[in-house]
Amino acid sequence: MSQKVIPIQPIPPSGEPPQTQSLYEAQKKIYPRSVSGLFARWRWVFVWLTQLVFYGLPWLPWATEAGARQAVLFDLAARRFYLFGYVLYPQDFIYLTALLVISALSLFLFTAVAGRLWCGFTCPQTVYTEIFLWIERKVEGDRQRRMKLDAGGFSAAKLGKKSLKHFLWIALALWTGFTFVGYFTPVRELGSEMLAGRMGSWEVFWVLFYGFATYGNAGFLREQVCKYMCPYARFQAAMFDKDTLIVSYDAGRGEPRGSRGRQADFAAQGLGSCVDCTLCVQVCPTGIDIRQGLQYECISCAACVDVCDSVMDKMNYPRGLIRFTTQNALNGQGAGRDVLRTILRPRVLVYTTILAALSLGLAIHLATRTPLKVDVIRDRAALSRIVAGGKLENVYRLQLMNATEETQHYRIGAEGLAGLELASDGEVSIGPAEARWVAVRVQIPYGSAAPGSHTIHFTVESRGGDAHVREKSVFLVPR
Amino acid sequence: MSDFTGNFWSVYVAGITLAGIIGCLVLLWLTARKKVASTTDNTTGHVWDEDLTEMNNPMPRWWMWLFVLTVIFSLLYLVAYPGLGTYQGKLDWSSKSEYEKEVKRANEALAPLYAQFTARKAEEVAGDPQAMAIGERLFMNNCAQCHGSDARGSKGFPNLADGDWLHGGSPAKIAESIKAGRVGVMPPMAAAVGGSDDVKNVAHYVLSLSNSPHDSLRAQLGKSKFGACAACHGADGKGNAALGAPNLADDTWLHGWGEQAIVNIVTSGKTNSMPAQEGKLTDAQIHVLASYVWGLSNKPAQAKP
Ligand code: SF4
Ligand code: SF4
Repeated sequence: MSQKVIPIQPIPPSGEPPQTQSLYEAQKKIYPRSVSGLFARWRWVFVWLTQLVFYGLPWLPWATEAGARQAVLFDLAARRFYLFGYVLYPQDFIYLTALLVISALSLFLFTAVAGRLWCGFTCPQTVYTEIFLWIERKVEGDRQRRMKLDAGGFSAAKLGKKSLKHFLWIALALWTGFTFVGYFTPVRELGSEMLAGRMGSWEVFWVLFYGFATYGNAGFLREQVCKYMCPYARFQAAMFDKDTLIVSYDAGRGEPRGSRGRQADFAAQGLGSCVDCTLCVQVCPTGIDIRQGLQYECISCAACVDVCDSVMDKMNYPRGLIRFTTQNALNGQGAGRDVLRTILRPRVLVYTTILAALSLGLAIHLATRTPLKVDVIRDRAALSRIVAGGKLENVYRLQLMNATEETQHYRIGAEGLAGLELASDGEVSIGPAEARWVAVRVQIPYGSAAPGSHTIHFTVESRGGDAHVREKSVFLVPR
Repeated sequence: MSDFTGNFWSVYVAGITLAGIIGCLVLLWLTARKKVASTTDNTTGHVWDEDLTEMNNPMPRWWMWLFVLTVIFSLLYLVAYPGLGTYQGKLDWSSKSEYEKEVKRANEALAPLYAQFTARKAEEVAGDPQAMAIGERLFMNNCAQCHGSDARGSKGFPNLADGDWLHGGSPAKIAESIKAGRVGVMPPMAAAVGGSDDVKNVAHYVLSLSNSPHDSLRAQLGKSKFGACAACHGADGKGNAALGAPNLADDTWLHGWGEQAIVNIVTSGKTNSMPAQEGKLTDAQIHVLASYVWGLSNKPAQAKP
């Protein structure tokens, strides 16, 4: 373990260093410069993908026998969760658990392979910042113009630009809040309610709250969330190793940096490849200088990669002064190893295996799910009673939960004791996605079983036969 | 809280709460004033374990202002809501009044739904599946605790599904029972009947009324003593719904069947009570509930669409 020390490159002192510093720092506004290039295009692909899903999904209809409904709707008031063809009950919470475990494991896997890739490309915080920045750029211009505008005094043009920007931001933020609420309240109804001005107070609250959060996070907080608030930023270091792909500056090739003419022979001047144009610092949305090495603030957005590549192109140098690479590769240790072998290391394989097994399990479980749930509760009022005809009777409450969207006819049966039979009507009809308590009486001939409690089973079967549930309960015989 | 503890604890808890909040403010103020020396390489100069240095990583100042805001918020909150010991807060908020408000709001929201039922006769409502689904839920929540989920009761709790009624089985009578409750009193009658042997004889006579297995000799002897019982149960033992006196000539035995059970009840008497639901349930709910209960033992009229 000779590579124990990660070298910290000191920030080159700029002017007089401050002698003392407050524990709290005034926010320095960051004006990221716009970039184009391979990774910038990928970032936009992910912006489109995630936002098409987010804004579009609530509007997707789903045909059922009872008529079309929203394909994805989390009806909290009725406690039914509609996911395309599935009707889920709160009792199906285990699926959410599995989903969360899968999400967490995916994050581990991605982090082990490629660091904060999630942050730079799909995290809502960055995605919305990207969209808000785009609006900002369209209204106020790129970095230089924005800095001038902010530095300049008050003018009508400034007021106009700022108002337009905030108007667009707020409009988008409110639409985001509206869409969010649309996952929990049917979005079309919500729309017509909003147009008619009679939205419920909770809906209004959440639209405004979520809208405000979007506006504040993407408009103002931006990188501060990634740097100071995000817990993922704090523990990702534990998932990195030296074979993790990170955005890094090839110091061996770039240093010593310095400006030079395009045709100059920089090697003869004793310079490295970095022309010290500071473009990589200007484009960075978290305001760091990647040339100082890996820093926790870096969200792996690869903006600096794109911009440095364009500089390298201009200078006719080979690309990749800043690139996605691993620490081992940078230190020359992985030189002989191909990328695939560095990626397919045990940690990654273990994550992948667990992830695949979990996903498969979830898929199979969902596909073979019985669209009926039964809860059996012994009646609390009567332990057991003797009824006419010399029979011993126990009463149960069966909660039948129909997880389909058609009316279902169920046949209830009981078994497990000699002479056990249902005294109440064994046929019930339950409406689409309805749950109902049904009182069920079960009898045995008096004296046919010893005093005490006996295990019995209820069976519930749908008339079509595609749902069959067996639930355990007890039958009490008094002394 | 003051129901269990003295005033001291209220003041004590309130004091701790306020001291905590003020402590937060002081801490913020102190840290905001503090300046740390920073070196050119942006470390704090703090080195330990030979080569670990601490970077200076100041917190954004707006964050400090958020902390200040939360302190202000907590103070305003404590003025408005109960949070400081027994202090009630300016808004006079309580979970009980909140609950009552919610029930009132729900009842108001459901009023139009119930209105369509109250406008119709109980016999008709009992044929309406929607009303019966509501009635079933009302029954499960309010009545099933005593009468059982299937309304068939158990010992001491009347069966509501068998067509035998202590106080009358018309929808109006059922609604009356639900609304005002009922008290069934059977006084101890042993003295009025005679000795313990007479009580036994009466019990056999009672059994004979419903053709249950009995000792016919004792029944014969008990018949003359039944006069004491006839005041309520009628000369023929068929009961009296106006008094809530059970029919003794049928096969329903609310407090148990057989000689011993009857002897017990004649000797010790029994007070049975059904609590009044008025005030807990609205009139409309009682109407639906009465229709539901009536429908359990009657064939409801076909509901008009
Ligand atoms: S963009 Fe590339 S060349 Fe320019 S300063 Fe950064 S690393 Fe050096
Ligand atoms: S250093 Fe580069 S990859 Fe990291 S956040 Fe800044 S621009 Fe993005």
